[in-house]
Amino acid sequence: MTTAESVISDEMRAAIGVEHAAGVMEIENTNCRMFARSVGHTDAIFYDEAAAKARGYRGIVAPPGFLGTPIFKPGSGAGAPGETGGRGFAVPYKRILNGGTDYEYFPDAPDGDVICAGDTITARTKIAGFEEASGSLGPMLITRRETTYTNQHGKVVAKMYGTLIQY
Amino acid sequence: MTQVYFEDVAEGAEIAQLKKNCSTQQLVLWAAGSGDFYQIHYDKDFAKGTGLPGLIVHGALKNAFLGQLLHDWIGERGTLRKFGCAYRGMDYPAQDILCRGVVKKKYSDGGKHFVELDVWTENPEGKKTSPGTALVTLPSKS
Repeated sequence: MTTAESVISDEMRAAIGVEHAAGVMEIENTNCRMFARSVGHTDAIFYDEAAAKARGYRGIVAPPGFLGTPIFKPGSGAGAPGETGGRGFAVPYKRILNGGTDYEYFPDAPDGDVICAGDTITARTKIAGFEEASGSLGPMLITRRETTYTNQHGKVVAKMYGTLIQY
Repeated sequence: MTQVYFEDVAEGAEIAQLKKNCSTQQLVLWAAGSGDFYQIHYDKDFAKGTGLPGLIVHGALKNAFLGQLLHDWIGERGTLRKFGCAYRGMDYPAQDILCRGVVKKKYSDGGKHFVELDVWTENPEGKKTSPGTALVTLPSKS
């Protein structure tokens, strides 16, 4: 790694910590079930409203890693926020990898809650930082992004930390 | 479902494993469930055109498998606080993906009983393709 050849521009540095436009994510019975089914979950709280309520939840529970479906509008990008965005800067790397994702939940009332069907979540993404490294793929730029998910009651219910690798 | 308690857990102990083996149909289900429609996960010609040997399993699906591993382990009275992984190596359809976790640390704070774990998915050669960490709470018997 040679700092003399850094690809991190002033424009990129200025973007750190700035929130992008908020996106709205819908959590519904059907998309919770679909996600749970595609993973292979067997717990009834991801499929059956009565089973979820019997366990004290407000409705069908969003399975781990499910943060809703973005509202699709024709002509706009349909991607979920946070996973692989942030590639809009001019860097000399052509290839891109999703380096990994971490999820954080805040299930405790009164400040947080468990995400359930019927919730409408507002997602706000910001770039947490850039790093440069050199590995088996050669020099690379690592972009760390952080998305905060707030429900319709103003409670922060999740955060997602995404790592994007360009090389 | 049997409930695991904080007192039952020892640092260094492995939790119950979860074995997965994705059909191509499951990858299509996941595409719909997650909204990730990148063709390298269901269009073999497209995948080969990008230089891959064939279809590959979505990294986020392996992450969600780790979510299931943890959800099933902590039982009805546990809470999942954090989990995630790095997408380090590729996995392929019709190959076993073994989801594993080992307790790294346990501690109590503010009346809650926390357990930190190392979690990962493992391919048939024993390589950790998605190493990560997790934080959960478990109920106490006391």
